[in-house]
Amino acid sequence: MTLLTIRDLHLSIHDTEILHGISLTVDAGQIVGVIGESGSGKSMTAYCTTQLLPNGSHTTGAITLDGTDILSASESTMCALRGNDISMVFQEPMTALNPVKTIGDQVAETILIHEPDTPKTDAMKRAAEALERAELPNDRFPLTRFPHEMSGGQRQRVVIAMAIALRPKLLIADEPTTALDVTTQAEILTLLTRLVREDGMGLMMITHDLAVVSGMADHIHIMQHGRIVEHGPADTLFQTMRHPYSKALLAASAHVPDRDAPDTETPLLTVQNVTRDYTLPRKTLFGKPGTFRAVDDVSFTIQRGESLGLVGESGCGKSTLTRAILGLEQIQGGEILMSGEPVFAGKKPNRAVRRKMQVVFQDPYGSFNPRHRVSRLVSEPFHLLDTAPTDRADRIAEALRSVGLSPDDAEKYPHEFSGGQRQRIAIARALIIKPELIILDEAVSALDVSIRAQILDLLAELSDTYGLTYLFISHDLSVVRSITDRVLVMKAGKIVEQGATDQVFDTPHHGYTQNLINAAPQLPDDVRTLI
Amino acid sequence: MTLLRNRNILIGAALTAVFAILALVSFVYTPYDVTGVDIANRLKKPLSEGYLLGTDHFGRDILSMIMVGARTSIAVALVAVGIGITLGVPLGLAAAANKGSLTDELIMRSNDLVFAFPSLVIAILITAIFGPSALNAIIAIGIFNIPVFARLTRGAALSLWQRDYILSARVAGKGPARISIEHILPNVTNLLIVQGTIQFSLGILAEAGLSYVGLGAQPPIPSWGRMLAESQTMISFAPHMALFPGLAIVFTVLGLNLMGDGLRDIFDPRIRRGKT
Repeated sequence: MTLLTIRDLHLSIHDTEILHGISLTVDAGQIVGVIGESGSGKSMTAYCTTQLLPNGSHTTGAITLDGTDILSASESTMCALRGNDISMVFQEPMTALNPVKTIGDQVAETILIHEPDTPKTDAMKRAAEALERAELPNDRFPLTRFPHEMSGGQRQRVVIAMAIALRPKLLIADEPTTALDVTTQAEILTLLTRLVREDGMGLMMITHDLAVVSGMADHIHIMQHGRIVEHGPADTLFQTMRHPYSKALLAASAHVPDRDAPDTETPLLTVQNVTRDYTLPRKTLFGKPGTFRAVDDVSFTIQRGESLGLVGESGCGKSTLTRAILGLEQIQGGEILMSGEPVFAGKKPNRAVRRKMQVVFQDPYGSFNPRHRVSRLVSEPFHLLDTAPTDRADRIAEALRSVGLSPDDAEKYPHEFSGGQRQRIAIARALIIKPELIILDEAVSALDVSIRAQILDLLAELSDTYGLTYLFISHDLSVVRSITDRVLVMKAGKIVEQGATDQVFDTPHHGYTQNLINAAPQLPDDVRTLI
Repeated sequence: MTLLRNRNILIGAALTAVFAILALVSFVYTPYDVTGVDIANRLKKPLSEGYLLGTDHFGRDILSMIMVGARTSIAVALVAVGIGITLGVPLGLAAAANKGSLTDELIMRSNDLVFAFPSLVIAILITAIFGPSALNAIIAIGIFNIPVFARLTRGAALSLWQRDYILSARVAGKGPARISIEHILPNVTNLLIVQGTIQFSLGILAEAGLSYVGLGAQPPIPSWGRMLAESQTMISFAPHMALFPGLAIVFTVLGLNLMGDGLRDIFDPRIRRGKT
């Protein structure tokens, strides 16, 4: 039975056409995946369906949900529909919940808005049921919990509970697992699939990740520039697809850059029995403050010219370890040596050593001072040199050229660039003082797959040209697999497994590594052979 | 340009500009000498011949006094805000750079100490000890501006310190002082401009308050607050003596506050609407 029909939907915002004739259907009990990169219009399609559009929007075409014409419905009709017949789950569970209300109140609120006559106790009882169905058992997660007392995955379950409390006909999930760890992501995806099958609900699953939908969707739509370029049943789509964009997308998501194998066996960075403790706030006025061990007795070596992966979920201590290596935080035990010299000499970080390493961060939007020009941003590491270079402008131009930007870009501000270009600027900044080691802290995690493939190629090329060594920190296993020679798996401050990348991925020994690898969404085997 | 599309800013800037121009013009021209006593023409009603806003009980021209008074008010408030910014901002930056340290605690707890006393009462105390004068009024009002700016700067700087670009500056080996000046300060200027405008209006009010109780600028220098105080006994038969300095204070403060609110709408990303 067709639940949602979108026919020839055009959307323009302030005279700019965003969607150019979208048509898709969602049946009851069906999971429809909508895939696209940022700016493809996938979220706007969802907003059209709920009529939560920005000011100045104009839509033509037709959207019908279970017989109701949504485009011509009044705002009050839509208010009655939203939450009741259509619900949404958003990407960021950290901000989707009100921090000062208990989870029980928040779930009950949805019920009370749509059925104001429900007595409070009944609403709470139904809220408890909804949380139960979202796999938050009441004996462990009482209704009186506050959002900050829960982890990201648990919060996302609360958001889902709110969405399904009234048993909507259609659920729209907009990147519901993008902000979550791999193992949590797998659990949430299973939960959503189960709810759809049990309730006969329609699910529109919006994501940028082909692998996520390939495993769960019944039907897949691929969007580009506000158009659906390819669609079909999930089982056969990958075999039958012919649009160049969908092929490129598939290729990019499994892209493996060409790299030269490292040729030397000289250790560049040695980390020996490193521990890092944080002091916790005092519990009582005169009590001794407790400590939290974020990095626990970690040892490893990076060989010159190799690319080492560090994999782990959020909170495992990988960022703390990065800061310790960079000399930004003092360690409580052990030693970090960069080509034989300590990163921390006494109390002060060792400048001679620091010069040899640079870092690229995850967020291409947050890693630049918005008020500085590119030339100033890129040349910041010159501060590490004892004397400022005389050929500053030439070196800026060279760094920009080596990352595929034009030297003319030096006079622009960061907001004039796209996310992928900004990440190139970040790499240029890291390259400019010719370091030996570059730490890539989730450097490609925030990028679209096609951009990500380009950046990975760039990194591979740079490492071959300049003989760079990479420490590649990521939670994304497919990326780590494509670019690293060896990999470390970190859990709760400890390295639980290490070895050659292929070996660890093919025959993981530690239980945690096995969980991680099993949880990572993968394209079906027969699809991978197509690429 | 966004600045010109905001109605609050336009109205606020226009009001403020009127008084700023009056103050500037007073340096070269006032209709009458403000120190001249002219008993024959005392208590003239507004719009009487030669006197647009009338005269006071000594026969001094009220328009001239308001013009010169604007000069006093603006100078006192401006210098007081200047003191607040030049001392408060570095303190706030230092506190944020050493978050949780002894320096931070020391700076912020001293701020709390200053905040704990009602500002006007302390201003009265200071002027009572060191004698009433415009300079002491400036110092007294200035001291109370320091914690305002220190706290604002620290709060904004703390969240900026969490940014990745600060981390990469640290990777580049820059120390806290350098990062504070190069990266933090330019990014808190917006907030400082907004707060500065609002503190400026509060400074004008405080100066008027101090002058009203006789602790601000001393006679014969005209001041809006003292004009109000002097008019008090004659309010029943010469209400214009109170009306015009009162309106001057109201409009300047209103203008500055409107401007501050408007600037906040533009600068503060948390309440900025529409296109980002």
